[in-house]
Amino acid sequence: MNILTSWLREYLPAIPVDDKQLADDLTLRGIAVEGVFEKGSGHLYEMDITTNRVDAMNHYGIAREASAIYNLPLAPLDVTLPAATSAKPFPVRIEDPAKDLCGRFTVRVIRDVKIGASTGIVSEYFDLLDEKKIFNAVDASNFVLFGMGQPTHAFDLDKLEGGIVVRRARKGEKLKLLDGTERTLFDDDLVVADEKKALALAGVMGGWETMITPATKNILVEAAWFDPAAIRRSSRRHLLHTDASHRFERGADFNAAPIGNNLVCKLILEQGGGTLEGELIDIVIPEAQAKTANRPPIALAVSEVRRHLGTTLAPEGITPVIVEQYLTSLGCKLTSTGAESYSVTLPSWRLDLEREIDLIEEIARVYGYNQFANTLPTPGTVVALPNADKEETVRTRMLALGFSEAIASTFCSTANAAIFSTNPAVAMGNPLSEEAGILRPSLLPGMLATLAHNLNRDVTDLQLFEMGNIFFGSTRAVTEELSLVFGAAGAVPSSPLHSAKDVLFFELKGDVEDILSLFSGSVSFDTNVPAWLHPGRAARVLLDGKAIGCFGEVHPAEAQRRKLKQSVVLCEINLTALFAHALRQPVAKEPSRYQAVQRDFSFVFADTVDWSTITAAIGKLHIPTLTRITPQEIFRDAKGKAVPAGHYSILLRTVLQSNEATLTENELQHASNEIIAALANLGGRLRA
Amino acid sequence: MEGYGETALAEAFNSLVEEVFASATQMSPEEFRLHWLGRKQGRLKLISDAWLKTAPAEARKSLGIKFNELKLKIETALSDDGESRIKTKGEPLDITLPGTRRTIGIEHPLVRTSREIVKIFQAMGYSVATGPEVETDYYNFESLNFPPNHPARDTQDTLVIADQEKKPLRERLLMRTHTSPVQIRTMELEKPPLRIVIPGKVYRNEAEDATHLARFQQVEGLCVDTNITFSDLKGTLDHAMKALFGADVKTRFFPSFFPFTEPSADMQISCIFCGGKGCRKCKHSGWIELLGCGMVDPSVFGFVGYDPKKVSGFAFGMGVERIAMMRYGVSAVGQFYSNDMRFLEQFA
Repeated sequence: MNILTSWLREYLPAIPVDDKQLADDLTLRGIAVEGVFEKGSGHLYEMDITTNRVDAMNHYGIAREASAIYNLPLAPLDVTLPAATSAKPFPVRIEDPAKDLCGRFTVRVIRDVKIGASTGIVSEYFDLLDEKKIFNAVDASNFVLFGMGQPTHAFDLDKLEGGIVVRRARKGEKLKLLDGTERTLFDDDLVVADEKKALALAGVMGGWETMITPATKNILVEAAWFDPAAIRRSSRRHLLHTDASHRFERGADFNAAPIGNNLVCKLILEQGGGTLEGELIDIVIPEAQAKTANRPPIALAVSEVRRHLGTTLAPEGITPVIVEQYLTSLGCKLTSTGAESYSVTLPSWRLDLEREIDLIEEIARVYGYNQFANTLPTPGTVVALPNADKEETVRTRMLALGFSEAIASTFCSTANAAIFSTNPAVAMGNPLSEEAGILRPSLLPGMLATLAHNLNRDVTDLQLFEMGNIFFGSTRAVTEELSLVFGAAGAVPSSPLHSAKDVLFFELKGDVEDILSLFSGSVSFDTNVPAWLHPGRAARVLLDGKAIGCFGEVHPAEAQRRKLKQSVVLCEINLTALFAHALRQPVAKEPSRYQAVQRDFSFVFADTVDWSTITAAIGKLHIPTLTRITPQEIFRDAKGKAVPAGHYSILLRTVLQSNEATLTENELQHASNEIIAALANLGGRLRA
Repeated sequence: MEGYGETALAEAFNSLVEEVFASATQMSPEEFRLHWLGRKQGRLKLISDAWLKTAPAEARKSLGIKFNELKLKIETALSDDGESRIKTKGEPLDITLPGTRRTIGIEHPLVRTSREIVKIFQAMGYSVATGPEVETDYYNFESLNFPPNHPARDTQDTLVIADQEKKPLRERLLMRTHTSPVQIRTMELEKPPLRIVIPGKVYRNEAEDATHLARFQQVEGLCVDTNITFSDLKGTLDHAMKALFGADVKTRFFPSFFPFTEPSADMQISCIFCGGKGCRKCKHSGWIELLGCGMVDPSVFGFVGYDPKKVSGFAFGMGVERIAMMRYGVSAVGQFYSNDMRFLEQFA
């Protein structure tokens, strides 16, 4: 909405500051001036009025704000009209089932108007505001809207068949509106009609048939008060957001209809001549009046003002004098009901004021928010969320392991949801796009997209993780669970233990083990993996026998579908399940004072003998001094020369150490022999 | 030596110490030992003979101390010399070559910013509270004083879950449009006093472009107690902004409208780029709009069974993206969600 300062100053000539200062003063009191532009002899303000302040969406309303700020009297609007010719009252009725939707209705007849272009101040202001001029009778209506906020409408009287009927539309009734469209109405749309047909969609837009044309001679001016919810319903249903509907649906001034009507008539007479016929018809529905203009007064105690607002910079604080002055200039009437307490009658144009707290806000607003001191309440006791510690521990470890944090979309496609989760996925009702039709039931599609995004941009060494919620259930009830995903890609050099193409998997497995080692519980792995993972190069993770995640290489078919050329490894861990376990408390053991001895064994095994079989066989020996057993080197010979096909050689390192004494050569030899025998028993061949 | 005064002594011995250091690098260890510690002609012996033995009784004590210090320096130089010979055996390095950086994980700038904000409020006695991202209409709107069909709902275009039409309005599921529902959920569970800070993701049904996102992150706060005032709100946020942007930052407040606060306010900070003088970033106003806040509307207390006659409170909410953009000089908000390592690397 735009405001001309020259127009504003017509209403309140005594404003003691320049336009720039006025803009600042208004803004700091919640009447936000977003832009100030030189226009004519003054300025144009681009306003941003909050939805609750429909009363300030016009020049007079803003002049009222200024009058409160500068403590100036604001003159009432001049509605004196020339004498009217006497006539029978124009027939108007509000039908009974529409009285809840139309609270006040005024009409006035003007005859022998000369329709033409607007002149004078109307033309000047419209040009400055960059508003389109139509005809004088139409512009008059808009001029009054901009001036004091009351929407009005002018009908071509000669197109009417009989008097005015305000009624609910009949279901399926057709009405061609000013924008040229024909609308099919519903029975809770409100229309202004004559005896035969609907003339206008009340509070939203006038009708095509009765609009003012250059041929119009006689005019019916209408101004009304409509129920906000009804106008909002019609405006939304018909996708018609107009200046009128914007104001009515936010609660217009119940008492402004007759004033607005008179002002429009006055302008039409000035601009197009003609004569008024009969007096203003003004139908008031008492129920609506009681809810708006005649609301019961509310109690206000200055002590409550102080309790909510606190300390001011000025030592005297908020005084009764200040309270009275501000509220009075905003249109309230205050009656003292005791020491520093009032009964406050509310102005008809401020339907947003309903309670004591609303008045307190008005006082704070006009006083100026920045005139209050900065004070601090006493601090409270800080309590941590139950899983805060665990979340923090996992996050910190992921970062320490070299994984960078990603935040992927909360939504995914139906196809991705099906691939990466067996949980029932929840669909969106109004998705942002087809790819975002589902609430993500897994963090995997997002991570895969993130890895692909980077790989496609030649960032090839990647380690990324995300902690976030996953969603599943039904559209009746949605479950949210915190989940962890991490993924890696990149060319890693081979190690004595793993060929280059396997290193990525084992590094990821190491990270999985690292994260799980933060929690109590025993970790195991099996090969029962979902279909998106490579069946031979992936594993499921179990904590105390319960599955809590899986990891490994993405299935080649899945990678191909996503045009991933590099091999990518991924892991998802259900943090809700993980957090059911306590954080592991480290338990210290005193390091032995005696020397540790290292014994290496080089064996050739058939591929069917895996590492867990080897460790289990050695474990069964229960050698108390065996403190560690690790694979040092693994070798396979593709040509089957150094090591036969279907076999591999392994260098196995053991560390033996006692807490009680230095191990003797005999003891060491005995342990070695036991280990060799156990491994030979697995079909292993000791290499020289 | 001209006398046994303190200054004269210090000067004389300082020059001797310099001589020790110089000779330590010029001579071989054996030459150095003989030169200083030789039993007959060593400098130390000569000094002892010339000064110590002839000194008047009253100067002997301080002279003795200085003498022992010198002796220690000579002995240290001798033993050091042996070690430094071993150390310098390695080839000299081109220390201008870049250091080898290890791969470390980089915290997402939004998470980092959100955590920093949360920490500031934790230090002021706020506990963290969280809540679901899929909310009911009741928690997201109705209990926050957005009645059905109220125009204020238009300002928050909502993403909704499928198949909600048949449910009563208040039970319909949607993506929360703000973190405020957590205020209600927490107040339902806890009695006042309450001080909570709420970080989280929120969603709007908006076409995404350079300045708009359909999802973003907020940090919200709520403080409820007896006698919590508007000036407490101002002081709390002023303090938090100084903690976040530096002690020079100023705040100012002006009226705004939110259905769940009354009075409601927008808070601006003095422009952190120009210090308030006016620049392109602050559209030459010297101020940057940062957050919305206000005193908790009594009707919100009504929804959770708090007595507005006994308690009062304030709430505030800020967008994490905006603050992160300001802090790190990020020009397009979409970058935060690109997950592009070339972007993220900058926050290492």
